[in-house]
Amino acid sequence: MTAHPDSRSSRWAALAALLTTSLLLTACGSSSGESANGTGQATSGGTLTFAVGSDSGCVDPQQVGSNDTIYSVRQVVDSLTDQDPETGKIVPWLAKSWDVSSDATTFTFHLRSGVTFSDGSPLTAQVVKENFDAVPKLGALGILAQGYLSGVASTTAVDKLTVRVKFKEPNAQFLQATSTHSLGIESSASVKKTPQQKCSQGVAGSGPFVLKQYVQNRSITLAKRSGYDWGSSLWSKKGEAYLDKLVFKVVPEAGVRAGSLQSGQVDAISSVGKANEATLKGGQVTLQRRANPGVVFGLGLNNSRPILKDTKVRQAIRYAIDRQQIADTVFPTGTQPATSVLAHTTPDYENLSSDLSYDAAKAKSLLDSAGWKAGGDGIRSKNGTKLSLTVKWFTNAATNQPALELIQQQLKSVGIDLVLKELQITQIAQVNQSGDFDGLWGNVTRADPDILRSSYSTKLANWYRVPASELDSVLAQQAATTDAAKRKQLVGEAQKLIVQNAHTVPVVELQTQLGVSKKVHNLDFDASSRIQLHDTWIG
Amino acid sequence: MSRYVIKRLAQAVGVLWAAYTVSFLVLDFLPGDPVSAMAGAGADSAEIDPAQLAALRHQYGFDKPVLVQYADYLGRAVRGDFGDSVSTGRAVTATLTDALPQTLQLTGAALLLAVVIGGGLAVLATYTRQRWLRQLLLSLPPLGVSVPTFWVGLVLVEAFSFRLRWFPAFGNDGLRGLVLPAVTLAVPTGALVAQVLAKSLLTALDQAYVETARAKGAGRWRIHLRHALRNASLPALTVVGLLVGQLIAGAVVVETVFSRDGLGRVTAAAVTAQDIPLVQGVVVFGALIFVLSNLIVDLVYPLLDPRIVVASSRKASFA
Repeated sequence: MTAHPDSRSSRWAALAALLTTSLLLTACGSSSGESANGTGQATSGGTLTFAVGSDSGCVDPQQVGSNDTIYSVRQVVDSLTDQDPETGKIVPWLAKSWDVSSDATTFTFHLRSGVTFSDGSPLTAQVVKENFDAVPKLGALGILAQGYLSGVASTTAVDKLTVRVKFKEPNAQFLQATSTHSLGIESSASVKKTPQQKCSQGVAGSGPFVLKQYVQNRSITLAKRSGYDWGSSLWSKKGEAYLDKLVFKVVPEAGVRAGSLQSGQVDAISSVGKANEATLKGGQVTLQRRANPGVVFGLGLNNSRPILKDTKVRQAIRYAIDRQQIADTVFPTGTQPATSVLAHTTPDYENLSSDLSYDAAKAKSLLDSAGWKAGGDGIRSKNGTKLSLTVKWFTNAATNQPALELIQQQLKSVGIDLVLKELQITQIAQVNQSGDFDGLWGNVTRADPDILRSSYSTKLANWYRVPASELDSVLAQQAATTDAAKRKQLVGEAQKLIVQNAHTVPVVELQTQLGVSKKVHNLDFDASSRIQLHDTWIG
Repeated sequence: MSRYVIKRLAQAVGVLWAAYTVSFLVLDFLPGDPVSAMAGAGADSAEIDPAQLAALRHQYGFDKPVLVQYADYLGRAVRGDFGDSVSTGRAVTATLTDALPQTLQLTGAALLLAVVIGGGLAVLATYTRQRWLRQLLLSLPPLGVSVPTFWVGLVLVEAFSFRLRWFPAFGNDGLRGLVLPAVTLAVPTGALVAQVLAKSLLTALDQAYVETARAKGAGRWRIHLRHALRNASLPALTVVGLLVGQLIAGAVVVETVFSRDGLGRVTAAAVTAQDIPLVQGVVVFGALIFVLSNLIVDLVYPLLDPRIVVASSRKASFA
């Protein structure tokens, strides 16, 4: 059926292709507009149109884990507390104060009065109890939320506005967890719905915006909640939000998102990659960046593998990686190389950049002393075994492959062979459980250092097969410490133990980069590098 | 005639069953499963309790033996129930029928453009006596077939949305939003129509009956449109039937580039999430549309060429 173009027609085809290309180039060449950064008086009203890359198919804050959806559903619920993105300190929101028992097992929250949900029902201690009783039942549907409440013994409504949460074991992270969208408080009627109903219909929260419409794969529309008067203590505006309406459009193509922002079809966009920075520069757009708190991107090593049992080999890998080069080549502008196992935006982060410096000579001498001798093909070997490691990675971020290929080159230059194995994100649970990997490329976003315990304590899942050591007791102690200075010291110690023993090889911080039109003001990151839109205005 | 239609319907059922079974097997062979996809969504590489995953798997019946699952699904599918989407919990049939109108709009407009522009191009290229114009026109279809739809879409968006600002870059809103996606989708389809039609027009123009018509004093346009085109349109019509399949496939790319709601987006999302019930629904639905459109094409043949009688089994192999 297909006609074969003869040589003459393919010449014409080439010409036509050339014409189209030059049209494209001309179109790209004409730059638009000069910056006009009017910083006037904040005004109420207007609609913010925000283009995100994906729809997770669910609009229940307690179940959603993807940033693109958190951006919108976060605005619908309030949390018991809020977290200052500058200091990491926990501050009042729906709870005006709280007490934590000295062993970090019992948390008592004193709620504000006069708070209502968008379905008209009031916020009471009983509603909070219903929420916290329902969350663990979400199981795998609400991984983040139920993880925060794991080990909960009971939640009791002490009186109308006092609620007490008791844990079986010390659980210092819980206070920060109450500031997240995952433990955002939903109305009694919403809590009683099935998880599937909450996903498709949304929930009634007490937040500054109300869900008006959710069209799957297309848009999420929110409207200002009139009469809202119980904002977080961090917000600059009291009372209702500035904006009347928020429209989140799902635009999967990154280039289309960037072009739509630049041509004024939307006011803000999520996930701006390195490739689209040039399009957005110099226009009416500001690029907003913040590193995600939590465990940085890195090679999570399987510490039980014969080759990787040797601390010297793990340390050699750590020294062989030029983090600055990876951050500069692959990741969006402003991305910082890892300076600890935690990102610098995580509370109690400790700068360990001297342990994470690039030193190929040191890497080589460590491998030499561990008995791995350079072979003819440049790959080291010991007793006939090649120094070859398999790193598994998932196709959930565009930067994964180029970053790993660069790491592969860097390790090759010291004699380590890295085999990269691409997997679908659907296989992650299987890989974690089986332990069938030498290295796993990944990160975990969390604005509390207790994420170290979830990831590296041998008492928990211990996917990285770390051997039992003093690290366990340090991690357990920080979870049981309510004294801020003491906890900081313990968390610092844990970071040192993990980095110095190279249980994992931190590489680069994950940075969230948003493109925001210059007419939009105060679109602020929260402590988890997601956004709050109560203070945002257009003018 | 009715015997022919019944036979074709039986064939159609066979095709649907095959599509259903093959897609089920392919999905089953894929590593990973929809439950870990759902649980892992967006949560970085956070730990998931294996026991909870198992509970969820049990809830959706993914812990049963493959053959039992297959029989379960097939039994319900026969009754028109494709179950609920794993990732959204919505009924598959509702998800598909919601998305269908958007995709019909898009593919309908694209098919119209493809036939009109592709057909017009073929007629013009074979009619003109200007050698250079004919060469130029005939070089366009191979180009149209070979450029990736994805790229065409991005070029059109860049030029007509971001620069000239005539059309929106995304969304399903109104006729203006339909223009760029329809044009994008029409490019490869129209190119195929033009290729096939131009070729068969040239063949037809060499036939003896054209000589006869000319000898009888018929004008060039009359010969071209009345005599040659009518005969040449049969192969093109067959292609149009097949193109329906290509259009649905193309909708996956076009709907993603233009952020349009529709079957294509549903498909892309369902495959990513390994949402087995939804993918199965999409496959059967797509096969159904394909089978129906080709059946219609078959029934249209005798209208164009009285020599074709659909009742004869020999001609049935034509499609």
